[in-house]
Amino acid sequence: MTVLDHRHHTALPGWLPGATAPRTDPAPLLPDPAPVRVLGTPALEKYDPALLRELYRRLVVGRRYNQQATTLTKQGRLAVYPASTGQEACQVAAALALGAQDWLFPSYRDTLAVVSRGIDPLEALTLLRGNAHTGYDPRAGRTAPLCTPLATQAPHAVGLAHAARLSGDPVVALALLGDGGTSEGDFHEALNFAAVLQAPVVFLVQNNGYAISVPLSAQSAAPTLAHKAVGYGMPGRLVDGNDAPAVHSVLAEAVERARTGGGPTLVEALTYRVEAHTNADDATRYRNEAEVAAWRERDPILLMERSLRELGVLDDALVQEAAEEAEALAARMRAEFHAEPELDPMSLFAHVYAEPTPQLREQAAQLAEELAAEAEVQH
Amino acid sequence: MAQALNSALRDAMREDPAVHVLGEDVGALGGVFRITDGLAAEFGQDRCLDTPLAEAGILGTAVGMAMYGLRPVVEMQFDAFAYPALEQLFSHVAKMRNRTAGRLPLPITVRIPYGGGIGGVEHHSDASEAYYAATPGLHVVTPATVADAYGLLRASIASDDPVVFLEPKRMYWGKAEFDPAVPVEPVGRAVLRRTGTSAVLITYGPSLPVCLEAAEVAKAEGRDLAVLDLRSLVPFDDETVCRVVRSIGRAVVVHEAGGFGGTGAEIAARVTERCFHHLAAPVLRVTGFDIPYPPPMLEHHHLPGVDRILDAVARLQWED
Ligand SMILES: Cc1ncc(C[n+]2csc(CCOP(=O)(O)OP(=O)(O)O)c2C)c(N)n1
Repeated sequence: MTVLDHRHHTALPGWLPGATAPRTDPAPLLPDPAPVRVLGTPALEKYDPALLRELYRRLVVGRRYNQQATTLTKQGRLAVYPASTGQEACQVAAALALGAQDWLFPSYRDTLAVVSRGIDPLEALTLLRGNAHTGYDPRAGRTAPLCTPLATQAPHAVGLAHAARLSGDPVVALALLGDGGTSEGDFHEALNFAAVLQAPVVFLVQNNGYAISVPLSAQSAAPTLAHKAVGYGMPGRLVDGNDAPAVHSVLAEAVERARTGGGPTLVEALTYRVEAHTNADDATRYRNEAEVAAWRERDPILLMERSLRELGVLDDALVQEAAEEAEALAARMRAEFHAEPELDPMSLFAHVYAEPTPQLREQAAQLAEELAAEAEVQH
Repeated sequence: MAQALNSALRDAMREDPAVHVLGEDVGALGGVFRITDGLAAEFGQDRCLDTPLAEAGILGTAVGMAMYGLRPVVEMQFDAFAYPALEQLFSHVAKMRNRTAGRLPLPITVRIPYGGGIGGVEHHSDASEAYYAATPGLHVVTPATVADAYGLLRASIASDDPVVFLEPKRMYWGKAEFDPAVPVEPVGRAVLRRTGTSAVLITYGPSLPVCLEAAEVAKAEGRDLAVLDLRSLVPFDDETVCRVVRSIGRAVVVHEAGGFGGTGAEIAARVTERCFHHLAAPVLRVTGFDIPYPPPMLEHHHLPGVDRILDAVARLQWED
């Protein structure tokens, strides 16, 4: 049986077979009528306490990571940092919903998801620091490079998931996107390909309200971004993006569905970008403080603390443990970013082609001469 | 040539199960030019995949497939329809090896039927090689003989780097005997298709036959033109080009794309920089006009023909 045999859905009763008949009932594909919530609901009691504690710990460490990275931009140690402050639940849930064999396809705001997946925090920041495009080994950590051109990583996730499926490997790919990214052609092409190929891929849109300065209302006229899934023939899910267990469960379900041959899912997580777009942005030009304050009330860590304390799975010991781990990471970041990285200018020519062209050999020789001359002058 | 390309794909797929073909209409139809004819029947739909109509999606999906260890061969239906995929090509395909410090090379071949001269309507005849050649990280290959069509496509598919493989579509129907077992010169080597002592015509792809014809006519008029086929624009064979130019002293670059910012400008500059003291005349260019590709009933005015080439040759300062 080939992969493509799966794409032919059964026709609805009452329709003649043919090109124009709908191939599937759209109703089951429609997103949840309201965002899925777990915190503050009876559903929380069914969760594995160990998982809840792990989510909490990662939220706290992730928040500190976001803060420290932003501080490093002010000190000129990082060129730029798009913080995911307020969105940590999406980031850590993304990492925790995947198995070791699965692949993550992050965008520029998803450093925290990358770190939460186990990539070294400093290697994850080379792009934003400016010393290398990708510091980590994508294959070893099954994490694609942080992607800057919007939504272009989405078709990569589809292709990788498709290839894994052809190889018979139970690998799932998760692509992370922002709300603005859903307007790009690559997003739509990726969704369509994924559904047609029934590729084991999950798309997570972190709808944080803004694409730089443009609010969602000026970005999309769809009832929700999750509704976009229906037109492609895949289920759309809507989840509270500040509710870590909810994001985790919706993603875990989608990942499981993909892994067992159920095809792709589009998940929209409703969250908020508490900080500016990046350290270089002035958010006061396009939104007011009241709005931000309202969302700070719905901070993913606050929500988590409140519910887990009530449930009795969070105690002072864990709070302190998480805080210490967070401080240790921040200290390590400060220490390692304090030193200037040692960079080899000759590495410019190292990875353009498998074999450098004659032209690149000539240019490498030219740079080597320039470096030798510089060294001479410094002596 | 179409048959040779088809054989190259078939042989590559037989030898290496990682080779997958994908594109629009490549399956049952065998591609609009039939280059993928019979591949779906022999290797199945998974290895010769009819994709949805979306070029960025096709190439982006190929990126992910290559990341997982496959060797995708993408077919773009026509030159101008590759443009929706340019972002994937420029931002990811060309750069992934570099972005990841060599950890994610992308062995993708992007086959593009390219160039004019077939009476195609708008958007079916663009010569877009300069965009690709100006993009570091891509190889840009264009065969001009049937043997090269086979040999260079096999080499492109075997390459661990992405290759933009430009198929001169007006040569698809050209016929020649060739033996696939006989290896051709490797990618990156220019080949002298005709020796001569008066001047050398430097060209590639669809302009090769025009240059050979021009050389025949010139011979009758008493000028002995050499014809050099570049075969690949990246890597560029400075060595052979300069050796030939130095030995002859006069050169004309011929291609059908517009001249401004075209590859001919690059070639003329390289040759001038390296061979200045061997040149008896400035390096001239014979190219298409700097216009959007014209309607088919006018294309013969745009495409460089024998007369325009001979006019350029005549301007090579023969008097001294
Ligand atoms: C193709 C492309 N166009 C424009 C940009 C510039 N840009 C960077 S981030 C951004 C906004 C993206 O918003 P969204 O997708 O909602 O993600 P968020 O930043 O909110 O996480 C824009 C326009 C880009 N990176 N890529």
